[in-house]
Amino acid sequence: MSLQFMITVTLNGLTLAALYFIVASGFSLIFGLMRTVNMAHGSLYMIGAYVGFSVFDSLYASNATAGYAWYVGLLAGVVAAAVAGVVIQVVFLGWMQGQELRQALVTIGLSIIIADQLLAHFGGNPFQFFAPDALFGPTPVPVIGRYSTFRLFQIGLALAVGVGLWLLLNKTRLGIMVRAGVDDRQMLAACGVNVPLISVATFALGAGLAGLGGVIGATAQPVALGVDVKFLLTSLVVVIVGGMGSIGGTAIGAILIGVAEQWGQALFPTYSVILTFAIMVAVLAVRPQGLLGRTGR
Amino acid sequence: MGGRLEIDDLHVTFGQAVILQGVTLSLDRAPLSLVGRNGMGKSTLCHAIMGMVAARQGSVTLDGRPLLGLGPSRVARGGIALVPQGRRMFPSLSVHEHLLLVAGRSKGAWTVERVYETFPRLAERRRNGGHQLSGGEQQMLAISRALLMNPRIVIMDEPSEGLAPVIVDHLIETLRAIAAEGMGVLLVEQNMRVATSVSDQVAIMVTGRIATTMPARELEADRDAQRRYLGVSHGH
Ligand SMILES: Nc1ncnc2c1ncn2[C@@H]1O[C@H](COP(=O)(O)OP(=O)(O)OP(=O)(O)O)[C@@H](O)[C@H]1O
Ligand SMILES: [Mg+2]
Repeated sequence: MSLQFMITVTLNGLTLAALYFIVASGFSLIFGLMRTVNMAHGSLYMIGAYVGFSVFDSLYASNATAGYAWYVGLLAGVVAAAVAGVVIQVVFLGWMQGQELRQALVTIGLSIIIADQLLAHFGGNPFQFFAPDALFGPTPVPVIGRYSTFRLFQIGLALAVGVGLWLLLNKTRLGIMVRAGVDDRQMLAACGVNVPLISVATFALGAGLAGLGGVIGATAQPVALGVDVKFLLTSLVVVIVGGMGSIGGTAIGAILIGVAEQWGQALFPTYSVILTFAIMVAVLAVRPQGLLGRTGR
Repeated sequence: MGGRLEIDDLHVTFGQAVILQGVTLSLDRAPLSLVGRNGMGKSTLCHAIMGMVAARQGSVTLDGRPLLGLGPSRVARGGIALVPQGRRMFPSLSVHEHLLLVAGRSKGAWTVERVYETFPRLAERRRNGGHQLSGGEQQMLAISRALLMNPRIVIMDEPSEGLAPVIVDHLIETLRAIAAEGMGVLLVEQNMRVATSVSDQVAIMVTGRIATTMPARELEADRDAQRRYLGVSHGH
């Protein structure tokens, strides 16, 4: 096995991990504050991908040289998913706060409805964004020669999301409120904070990250129906491995799962799926709360 | 500062259990202590005033403004702050973050700087997590968190619980200073010494009702009443 091969496979793994991190950090954020296992998180990913693509496609169709089409599509996808998340929180989940089973069932129902509606409006054909010129093509990389610019961008974007989330949670007043809400929602309210508003803001952010993942994922690879389930499951596995509600844990979980998936496919393609679940089982056996998760209060 | 808190015929039930059955109490300029045995409904009363539990009947007003049904965040912004039983620190926040959470949202005498001047221990430990503090330090932080909201009335639910006697002395001084500044104080206590050092009047709660309100001096002298209402035979 050559060094070149090993670096390439690892970079592929990190690229995938970057996408998983972007999506799963939103999932983890929502779970952390609301204790809501949002089973519609994969649907928010799909909304981001589909809405983003339809905006991108209409701009691109009218003017293929429009470099901004991808960026506008990205923005549209993020906003659409965030708005959908706010609607889910305000209309359905807000008034069943604390009833986890009911919330899980409602979001499963919503995910089925959303998948059907997307199929009805956008059809079932796979589609893919074209990366803008600035991110298209290869970039020279030492040892392996060159590597896809967009994939490197994807890794950089995940880093930016991680740093941004860390700053938001640790250096802003909103972040202090979100963390206090994770600890004790009722006491936070008794401190004069409008907790439902914080919940909606958190849900919008978490859902927006799913939408961001949708556009990035649909630029890296063609998207078709069914990705909602794939990304919901991946988000679940990543946060179970990393630890629910911890951004650092989500990053570690995403890297483990992403890199393992790529190495598994490179070494034993037939059984690579099992590897993901083997990691999950191993982590659960040793640390049921996840690698960086805190034990329940 | 200060305000008139009126509680009238307040009823709270949990399922079938009637916990408060017609509490009537008012608090004006002077601090008031509320004592009573375990499980009599003192904390439930605090929570009902704050809107943290729903009342079934009755009214709570602050300077004539009804508070019931507003929910905790609006009651808090309306001028009532709670120092809850057990202190309820936020384990994820540092000392300083506890203060930032509530600072600057209200006009008044209390600022983060003043908290650090008043409680130098908190300034020393500003980077520590709330749960890394000693019991006494946690109580100072819980009180500071309430004061920084510059409330008209602060409700303290058993602040001396679990504190060493020297720390309790310091607590008494702090509470007296707060009351002397004109902030309304409703002090729930099981420690007779704290209750009677902070307020001249003591209300006694028995099974979800105010059984009687009497001068602190009288209660201090009346061993029989103490035994009957509080289950203590001496000083405690
Ligand atoms: N959320 C709840 N659900 C059901 N019952 C409750 C609840 N909270 C309190 N109770 C019951 O209400 C009664 C009064 O409780 P409360 O905490 O108000 O008493 P307390 O006077 O503050 O007691 P202590 O001095 O021990 O703090 C108790 O019997 C308690 O078991
Ligand atoms: Mg109590």
